[in-house]
Amino acid sequence: MQSGVFFTDYRRDMALRRLPLEKLRLAGFAVAVVLFGLLASPYWLNLANQIAIATIGAIGLNILVGYTGQISLGQGAFMAVGAYSAGILTARVGLPVALSLLLASLITAAVGVGFGLPSLRLKGLYLAIATLAAQQIVEWLITHWTALTGGTEAMVVPATKLLGLALNRDGSFYWVGTGLAAASALATANLFRSRIGRAFVAIRDQDIAAGAIGVDVFRTKLMAFATSSFLVGLSGALLAHHRTIVTWERFTIETSITYLAMIIIGGLGTISGSFFGATLIVLLPALISTLGRNLQGTAPMLTQLLPFIQQGVFGLILILFLVLEPEGLARLWRNVKDYFRLWPFSY
Amino acid sequence: MNTLLQLTVSGLSNGMIYALVAVGFVVVYKASDVINFAQGEFLLIGAYLSFTLIGPLGLPWSVGVALTLAIAAVVGLVVERLVIRPLIGEPIISMIMVTIGLSSVLKALVSAIWGTRPRAFPAFLPEGEIRIGQAVLGLDRLISIAVALLLLGLLSLFFRYAKDGIAMRAIADDQQAALSMGISIHRVLAVAWALAAMTATIGGLLLANVVGVGQDISYVGVRVFPVVILGGLDSVLGAVVAGAIIGLLEAYTGGYVGHGLNLIVPFLVLIVVLMVRPYGLFGKEIIERV
Repeated sequence: MQSGVFFTDYRRDMALRRLPLEKLRLAGFAVAVVLFGLLASPYWLNLANQIAIATIGAIGLNILVGYTGQISLGQGAFMAVGAYSAGILTARVGLPVALSLLLASLITAAVGVGFGLPSLRLKGLYLAIATLAAQQIVEWLITHWTALTGGTEAMVVPATKLLGLALNRDGSFYWVGTGLAAASALATANLFRSRIGRAFVAIRDQDIAAGAIGVDVFRTKLMAFATSSFLVGLSGALLAHHRTIVTWERFTIETSITYLAMIIIGGLGTISGSFFGATLIVLLPALISTLGRNLQGTAPMLTQLLPFIQQGVFGLILILFLVLEPEGLARLWRNVKDYFRLWPFSY
Repeated sequence: MNTLLQLTVSGLSNGMIYALVAVGFVVVYKASDVINFAQGEFLLIGAYLSFTLIGPLGLPWSVGVALTLAIAAVVGLVVERLVIRPLIGEPIISMIMVTIGLSSVLKALVSAIWGTRPRAFPAFLPEGEIRIGQAVLGLDRLISIAVALLLLGLLSLFFRYAKDGIAMRAIADDQQAALSMGISIHRVLAVAWALAAMTATIGGLLLANVVGVGQDISYVGVRVFPVVILGGLDSVLGAVVAGAIIGLLEAYTGGYVGHGLNLIVPFLVLIVVLMVRPYGLFGKEIIERV
């Protein structure tokens, strides 16, 4: 019978998975993911691919917002940079897809550092507004710098293969997407067991104190912007290769808001939360439209209202989580786990 | 010269609408340190409500406007009670996101009720034009400038002399001291949100009267950010001056430079202001270590 999780040496306390049960759960989840990839129908595979891409983006945003405490409304712009870089590098320069994914992520990381420069003087609210302005400027650049991006026209990305897996097909992209999502999650989990990761968290919790104990605050903030936008750029680049088409409408301020909602609903500063939030936000509109189609016979009005219902439910869920459970799905999940671990004496 | 005059009038009339929306923004910020991303949706609701009341329902415009304002105030109060009050004292990101969630809900409601098709607004401002030399100036734009200026003047009187207005300034100045003097922060917050919704509504009315009613007029909610930052987040006077500056800047770049540059010039200004003078033209100078 347990009353909590305690360890007598640091090595075990710092381990990635600390309990046998956690390892078991992870193995079960991995098996489920593999089975899903083998058995699921194309419709569900497509949703799973969207979830994988969104998870990578959400983990990236969570590094910046959840772990380092720098609020960014520029997620859409970062994803756009990743997607357009991947598109241009593949379609015009003709680079192999692995190189294009890597370069696109690096370019986004560099742009992210540029976005991060205002954090030298700004924090909190003002930084959020600065990233909002940067988002607007990037959107404008994409739609007006026609020579580079094709303006408002869609940019076509040729179909590519990575390790023999066609990226534009749902069945084969699934392995690339979930593989990279798992790698991102693992890398991020390890990042926050290192000195740099702890410096990120120190800045979030109290930046002046962090400076006093020897963290170079500005440099560390820029590193947070770089690592975060690396992952976000990767997610954008994957989106470009998966859909083989890049349009600016997918990277507006709405995108930034959607991703912020993912990490808030999932849980700020948790990796599992990024996954939970991405899953919920991707599945929600799909579930609502399925429901709407099934009810079409009884309420024909519903089809017209569907997009508004989706939008309204999205906002409502966001508000409800903020008011009722600010720590998000990750917290709910932890409560469930704690309940069963400590049962029947859960206090 | 004619172009200049016309651009000035249209820039000023847009700028005054920005100023009205920005004042609501500033009032909420001063009372509760909340950045309200739903301000554009308040404007949308105001425009659609008055459209329905005056247009299809055929009420005289004075009754329609009064009724719209009353409903807007109720919406503001309900929002404050249900959404904002439970979150007082939460981190900034929660506050930002809850107003974003709110804007999503409000926008969905408006689209579900009124649809997304843009419509002509039943003009209640006298149509016509004034000619100065060769320049043709729309009477409705001139009147909306005058109306906005009048309302902004009334608001500054409210802050100066009305009991609630003074209470709001006290809360903004020093919350603890104000509370110990017996000022109810709940009441001040409620008044602030009602005021925000009402000023945005009037902005929406004036804007819809010029450009028609459609989903896209909620863009003012985003374009108000450069205004409030340039003016200073906590300054009512700043909102008015900066509203005029940003409106004119947009009109001039739109008229003389083109290329859609007018869409981002305000945001370029915003970034420069944030880097050089984050508290804006008239904001309270708070030195914050970063």
